Amino acid sequence: MTRNAMIDEWYPVGLAGRLDTHERQTALMGEPIGVRLGADGNAKVTGSNGRALPVCIRYGHVWSSLGDPQKALFAIPEADQPGRRLVDVGVVRVRCSPLRAVENFLDIAHFPFVHTDILGAEPHTEVPNYKVEIREDEDEVWATQVKFYQPQAAKSAEGGITTEYMYRVPAPTCSILYKTCPPRPGEWDVITLFVQPLAEDLCDVWPWMALFDDETSMADLIHFQQTIFLQDRSILENQIPRLLPLDPGMEIPTRADLTSVAYRRWLKRHGYTYGAQLVAQ
Amino acid sequence: MKLYDYVLSPSCYKARLMAALTGVKLDIRPVDFHPGAEHRGPELMALNPAGSIPILEDGDLVLTESSAMLVYLAAKAAPQWLGNDTALQAARVQQWLSFSHRLTGSLGAARLHEMLLRPGDIATLHGQGIAALRELEAGLVEQHIRGQRFLASDRPTIADVACFPYVALAPDGGVSLDPYPAIRLWSRAIRSLEGFIEMPGIHRLHELKPEPVLEAGEA
Repeated sequence: MTRNAMIDEWYPVGLAGRLDTHERQTALMGEPIGVRLGADGNAKVTGSNGRALPVCIRYGHVWSSLGDPQKALFAIPEADQPGRRLVDVGVVRVRCSPLRAVENFLDIAHFPFVHTDILGAEPHTEVPNYKVEIREDEDEVWATQVKFYQPQAAKSAEGGITTEYMYRVPAPTCSILYKTCPPRPGEWDVITLFVQPLAEDLCDVWPWMALFDDETSMADLIHFQQTIFLQDRSILENQIPRLLPLDPGMEIPTRADLTSVAYRRWLKRHGYTYGAQLVAQ
Repeated sequence: MKLYDYVLSPSCYKARLMAALTGVKLDIRPVDFHPGAEHRGPELMALNPAGSIPILEDGDLVLTESSAMLVYLAAKAAPQWLGNDTALQAARVQQWLSFSHRLTGSLGAARLHEMLLRPGDIATLHGQGIAALRELEAGLVEQHIRGQRFLASDRPTIADVACFPYVALAPDGGVSLDPYPAIRLWSRAIRSLEGFIEMPGIHRLHELKPEPVLEAGEA
C-alpha cells in the first residue's frame, strides 16, 4: 500500500485534562500507541516500536501523528476568546469509518428524524439552500448560510428558533460547527468533532465545545452534546458500506448534501482515503 | 423527588421512564459520569458508597438500586404497575427484576466497553448477553402463548421497565436484536405506551405519530 496522505495529519488521542503517568493504550490508523504524562510534566505519545511521536496540546486534547506533520494544527481563533466555557465532552467509540463520522456531523437533513424535538422536528424538514466552497487559500471545506428550524438548538435556547450554522472541515477527520449563540446574538457557539481513526472502520470521537453560556451546569452541557452524539452513533454503526464511498457511482446526492459532496471531493483531491471506499462494489 | 442522573445510563433511564409512564415529575440533577467520573467524587460517594448512579432522593429516603426506585415510583403513583394481582404474577415480576441484573452485567458492560472504553472481556460479555436475550425471548414467547404481551401480565409492569433499557440498547454494545422477534414485538409494545420517553440509542416510533400537517406557505 502506498503511503496515505492522512499519515502526516494531526489526530486527537486523549483529553489533555485527564493525562496520567499510567500510559493509556490506544491506536492510530491501525498502529498501537501509548499516551501518558511524562516525568517532565509534558504529554508523551509513543508508537508501536517505542518511537516518540509528535505531540501538541490544543482545544482540550492531546494531538499526535504517525507521520511528519507539515503544518501546525488548524486554528480556532474563537477558542481563545475570553468568556467562553470550554467543554470536554469525552470520548465515544463508534464502529464506523472516521470519515463517515465527520460526514454525518456535516449533515443537517437528518435532524428532525434522529434528533427529534431537539435539533429538528417534523414538519420542518426542508434544508434551505446554502453555500458550499472549498477555500483554496486555507485548503478547507466551508458551508455557510445554513439555516434550520430547531425546537431546542442549544441548552441555552428557550423554545424553537431558526438557527444559523457554518460548517468547516480543516482536516480530514475534524470538523468545526459555528452556530447561532442564543445568549449572545453577535457571536457563534463553537462545537467541534475531533475524530481519532483507530482503523478504517473504527474510530474514537472526541466532541469539544467553546460556548457562551453562563447559566447551564457543566454536566448539563456535556449531557446535551452526548445525547446528540449518541443518537447519531446507532445510525453510524448501521451505515452500509462501512467505508465512505468516494466513487460517485454509488449514490445520488441531493442539494441538501452539498457539504458532503464537497467534503468527499476534497478528500479525494488530497488522497485522504483512509476509511474510504474508492471503487463502488 | 430528585434523581441523580446520567443521560446515557440505562439504569438512570429506567427511573426516568417509570416516572414518565406514571406521570411523576422528577427533579433531575445531571451527573458528569463520563468523562468527569463525578459519581466517584466525594459528594456522591457520601450519598451512595457503592459509587453508582442513579440515586433517587425523596425527603429522607435515599435509593441506590434501580429496581427499588421502580417499586417506589409505581407504589406511589400507579400501583397497577407493581403487577401483584396474583401470587403467580408477583413472583414473575420478582423473577424478572432479579434477571434484569444479568442484563446490566452482560449487555450493559458490553455497551460500556464498546462505547465508553471501559474494561471488560468483550467475548464473555457478549456470550452472557446473548444467553440472557435467549432466555428473555423464550419467556416472551411463553407469555404470547398465554395470551399476554408483557413479561408478567397482559399489562406492562415494573418488570418490563427493568428489563427493557439494557435489551433495547444491546446493539450499542455490539449485540444484534435481529434474531429475537418476540423481543422486538415487546420493544414495540413498550415504545408505543402512552407517556413513553426515549433515550439516545432508543428511537421513538415515528410511525405512531400523527402525519405531520404542513400549513399553507410553511416549509
